[in-house]
Amino acid sequence: MPTHPTLADDATDPGGTTDGPPGTAPPPRSGGRPRRDREPVRPGLLAKIALMAVVNALGVFGVLAAWREGHVGILVSMLVLVLAADWVYFSRRTLPLKYVLPGLAFLLVYQVYVVGYTGWVAFTNYGDGHNSTQADAVSALLMQNERRVEGSATYPLTVVERGGELGFAIVEDGEARVGTAEQPMAVEDGATVDDGRVTQVPGATVLERQEVLARQSEVTDLRVALSDDPNDGSVRTQDARTGFVSVPSLTWDPDAETMTDVTTGTVYHATSDGWFESDDGQRLAVGWRVMVGLDNFRTAFGDERYAGPFVKILLWTFAFAILSVVTTFLLGLFLAITFNDTRLRGRRIYRTLLIFPYAIPGFLAALLWSGLLNRSYGFVNQVLLGGAAIPWLTDPWLAKASVLGVNLWLGFPYMFLICTGALQSLPGDVLEAAKVDGAGALRTWRSVTLPLLLVSTAPLLISSFAFNFNNFTLIYMLTNGGPRFADASVPLGHTDILISMVYSVSGLDGTAAKNYGLASALSIVVFVIVATISAITFKKTKQFEEIN
Amino acid sequence: MRRGIPAAAVTLGLTLALTACSGSGNDTSGDPTSQATGDGAGGSLVVWVDETRQGAVESAAAAFESENGVDVELVLKNFEDIRADFLAQVPTGEGPDLTVGAHDWLGELTTNGVVAPIELGDKTGDFEEVAVQAFTQDGQVYGLPYAIENIALIRNTALAPEAPATWDDAVAAGQAAGTPYPILVQTGTEGDPYTYYPLQTSFGAPVFVQNDDGSYTSELALGGEPGHAFATWLQGQSQAGVLSTDITYDIAVEAFKNGESPFIVGGPWMLEQFADLELSIDPIPSAGGMPAQPFVGVQGFYVSAQSDNALLANDFLVNYIATDEAQLALYEAGSRPPALVSAAETASADPITAGFAAVGAEAVPMPSIPEMGSVWAFWGVTQANIIAGTTEPVAGWDKMVADIQGAIGS
Repeated sequence: MPTHPTLADDATDPGGTTDGPPGTAPPPRSGGRPRRDREPVRPGLLAKIALMAVVNALGVFGVLAAWREGHVGILVSMLVLVLAADWVYFSRRTLPLKYVLPGLAFLLVYQVYVVGYTGWVAFTNYGDGHNSTQADAVSALLMQNERRVEGSATYPLTVVERGGELGFAIVEDGEARVGTAEQPMAVEDGATVDDGRVTQVPGATVLERQEVLARQSEVTDLRVALSDDPNDGSVRTQDARTGFVSVPSLTWDPDAETMTDVTTGTVYHATSDGWFESDDGQRLAVGWRVMVGLDNFRTAFGDERYAGPFVKILLWTFAFAILSVVTTFLLGLFLAITFNDTRLRGRRIYRTLLIFPYAIPGFLAALLWSGLLNRSYGFVNQVLLGGAAIPWLTDPWLAKASVLGVNLWLGFPYMFLICTGALQSLPGDVLEAAKVDGAGALRTWRSVTLPLLLVSTAPLLISSFAFNFNNFTLIYMLTNGGPRFADASVPLGHTDILISMVYSVSGLDGTAAKNYGLASALSIVVFVIVATISAITFKKTKQFEEIN
Repeated sequence: MRRGIPAAAVTLGLTLALTACSGSGNDTSGDPTSQATGDGAGGSLVVWVDETRQGAVESAAAAFESENGVDVELVLKNFEDIRADFLAQVPTGEGPDLTVGAHDWLGELTTNGVVAPIELGDKTGDFEEVAVQAFTQDGQVYGLPYAIENIALIRNTALAPEAPATWDDAVAAGQAAGTPYPILVQTGTEGDPYTYYPLQTSFGAPVFVQNDDGSYTSELALGGEPGHAFATWLQGQSQAGVLSTDITYDIAVEAFKNGESPFIVGGPWMLEQFADLELSIDPIPSAGGMPAQPFVGVQGFYVSAQSDNALLANDFLVNYIATDEAQLALYEAGSRPPALVSAAETASADPITAGFAAVGAEAVPMPSIPEMGSVWAFWGVTQANIIAGTTEPVAGWDKMVADIQGAIGS
């Protein structure tokens, strides 16, 4: 833990006022010696040291834990964050950073890193078949293609150590045989066989179970040739109790980056798109992750099966997002104005009741509504409409209406809250002035109240638009995108929005091979759309502020 | 972080020492005597289980722990999350050593190289053939099976004393019983092709062409005449009011529980709800004249391809989970017939289990090839639309086959 030589000099209030009295230059230092006699230690400083001790303890704990788990990335970032925190809070020259650092740290970890990672994945082929590195793919392929010799026996097996080398001792036809990686199995007359198992081998130690477990990867990697002829295969074990004979059918040449099928002689080369491919186009099953540049973006716009549905879904996404914002805002505003009227009794109770839909988690509410709107058994049809069979969620237009209706129910309390807040903070003198000028209620509302209201609520409306544009939860839980397009050849439906389309196209819903690269690329496209619209709208809303 | 370090013990030196001991497996400089303490240095096995299986695996793990002096750490997960999490976490080296799973994940797990083969050795013959078959790909076995599940016809004996021979008999018996529903088949607005599969196979329209050894090719077999016959039959049944998209799983189970139908097509997972009914488990009646073969799902344990404890993991599976005790404990937990023949015989003392097992013996394994994902996407919705009357059966079925073909080809 780095400490500061002039800790006692550094007297910062807990409230974080400036270093030293305002308006005076910091006292000149005399030879760098701390002037403890003049400046008593303040309680704020003690509090700061205690807090920083906790931060450092947490940081060190994180670093150690990351060390134990072997996470270099987490370890380095924890170290950097802790050192940065220490420097910022114990240095005299970093006053602005003292305020900014916590937010900055969380921004980096939770936003910048995540967005950066998504951006990186968009340029890779991460997905089914490309799940990991080439090394992992090679080891998986070797593992999958090492086959037990047909009809070969299994042997009771013991792990031994001879001359510092691990070996296996097996029992075949009552005879003990011992071998190591270098020496094939050979009959060992001096060995003791007890209960069908080798228990002692001269010149070698039989490993105890615990010793075997301590070296288990060595034991599972060990292959002992059955004889001098490699075609006989070699003995291996998976549980250090029984051995069986297997032959590999693939071999890996790390220098040439090729896999060779020893039975057919086919050579598979590593390709730039992360597969092992033979000259005649045969592929091995497991690939690995590589950078593919803009391929994912090309794929996203290159499949003509998606062309028709994409346009419909894009239009519906805009309609859904805009209508959701407009309807929730209007209803919320209407209720806010109603309950702002001082003549109304029991306003508090009403206001509390109105928060209910907002307090129920969206996941749950959407699911509940999908049950309520069931055509034959739903509460809405059965009880409210006396047994009508209205296809609320299975007719294209009604499903769209239902989605908007449920979103209105979920969203109006939020708008009600912000409008209530905005209305109560309107300056009374302006309204007074309007009245003096002879404006009626409607005119006052149109020219004074609404513009002033929009100044404070416009940014929230934009964020609501962005949220609804990506409101995956509601769609997924309520209709799951249904009803399906009857004329499309892809599993998409009338209430799918862009983000639920991305979920389906990239196979995350299990209807196709998973493709995280494509999903990330499409998310970036969605981000560009939302960001552009938000930026334009923010610019437009600046004109409201000129009223003030 | 999988293991918390007791705060009191956190000192740099100790941690460094531990790290040196529990190194990444290639590190053999550790002194063996310091590793026999069973504090995870000699290996600790991380197993992902879901809530149902937790207790059963725990008891098997207890015996294993005491005999080998190692820790078995069970991590409780939602069954639905295991597949994706396993795929994502194994490559990072942070995944489990073992996980419970279903056999139809196999295609995806091997394509991504996250699962290691298991050598059952002489034990292969101790398991039901269909169970080992389901976990076999290219002649390699990738999982240790512990339970077999399939649907059957669950009959309320108070309402229908006789098992129906054909679908029409079942409908007639249901109507004679005077209950609101002649027979319950869960459908929903997106369809339920898994539950409808035995009815489809009874028309001779399996989903993929099967090889001789029971594995599937990616060649579709659900089109053509048999498929058209099934689609037309679906339309007829819905017009007759027997099948409806309004019947979801919850509604079907609730209705059967309340005695509103003598028959329901369903699996052992429903039985908990029907505890106070007199039940009989019968084969699903054929609608198209051929045997009605449902899908068999086999559940088992997978070993991670990146496990540092492969030896422990295999030992635990082959010598502790493949025992009557463990398999019966898992059976008690999930009420699905065990995959180990001897355990299955014990479990078959219960007529209900025996009934499901008898249907399962005639069934076909659910395809585990990756192409299956593309089939589900269109299959259920098409069936639901035919039943709802929004799609013309033959044309709709043909379009579905073409769409699936397009999705597989892309």
